[in-house]
Amino acid sequence: MATDSPADLKDEIPELAPFDPTKKKKKKKPVAQDSVEEVDNLVEKTENLSVEDVTEPVFAGMKKKKKKPVELDLIEDEDVDVGQENDDGKIAEDEEGDGIVLGGERYPWEGTDRDYKYEELLDRVFNILRENNPLLAGDRRRTVMRPPQVLREGTKKTVFANFMDSCKTMHRQPEHVMTFLLAEMGTTGSLDGQQRLVVKGRFAPKNFEGILKRYINEYVICNGCKSADTILSKENRLFFLRCEQCGSSRSVAPIKAGFVARVGRRKAGA
Amino acid sequence: MSDLDIQVPTTFDPFAEANADNAGAGSKEYVHIRVQQRNGRKSLTTVQGLKKAYSKSKILKDLKKEFCCNGTVVEDPELGEVIQLQGDQRKNVSTFLVQAGIVKKEQIKIHGF
Repeated sequence: MATDSPADLKDEIPELAPFDPTKKKKKKKPVAQDSVEEVDNLVEKTENLSVEDVTEPVFAGMKKKKKKPVELDLIEDEDVDVGQENDDGKIAEDEEGDGIVLGGERYPWEGTDRDYKYEELLDRVFNILRENNPLLAGDRRRTVMRPPQVLREGTKKTVFANFMDSCKTMHRQPEHVMTFLLAEMGTTGSLDGQQRLVVKGRFAPKNFEGILKRYINEYVICNGCKSADTILSKENRLFFLRCEQCGSSRSVAPIKAGFVARVGRRKAGA
Repeated sequence: MSDLDIQVPTTFDPFAEANADNAGAGSKEYVHIRVQQRNGRKSLTTVQGLKKAYSKSKILKDLKKEFCCNGTVVEDPELGEVIQLQGDQRKNVSTFLVQAGIVKKEQIKIHGF
């Protein structure tokens, strides 16, 4: 782990650092040390050199000598930079890795000088809201509606077993839902003794789900706040959908059956 | 005198655009595409709400050729002429009508399972 973290930091440094990524912390020290040693060697060599060899090594030695303090400075600077970069790396890592890590009082923008972003503020607000008052922030109540159970009755009829259940969950009149279902499916049907909806024809649960979804989007969910706490009322020959959460009211179209083509046997002589 | 730019007032009907729009759109007339079940796996597609100006039989002929199905135009007392096609052609009809420019996508309502 100890070996891993420096490697990770080293990996992150090239992304974050504005300076030359080839100059990495660890590598520098041996190089510097080597160069220092080399400089010493070269100094010795230059002292012992004859005239022919003066030019190159002397220059090289001088170059290296000049570099030495610069390199050391660089190293020092790098240490400081890398130190800062480490913190930034950590913060960035936290930010990128977990999405929002606001453990304690650390905020993503505290490490650097940059101004906070709108998304960060939003996340922060929602986290606080979720902790203190989960009711207001919760938005996942719609998943409680149970899937429709369909059974076959004979060969030509389909039974929607959970019909009453679904109607109650939506807070809607069964007659209203029934007229919608039958109009959309284009068939006939009725409520049997056990309050189940019997529909003529063969339908899969997926079909029912689709139609129920359309019904909910049209007649149950409020446009403004998307809440399911709505009431359908008839005022002045128009159907109005009133939302309990936001109080908005909108008119909804009445259910019209549309054209139903004649399928099945024609009565003799008609 | 002729240097002056005299704007000769032309006939300007401020309601022309509004009227044209109304006549064109038909004040939110929807085209309903429905599907019904028949024996076994067979189904029936119904197109209702196309404007009276269109020749339904010509549209039907193209639809039949396009989707290789049979169809007919049924006269309904209160809903006008309705196009009936064999099979579940809802998506096909929808794309066909939009591409041909007969109706706009917002005016089509698809019903059914």
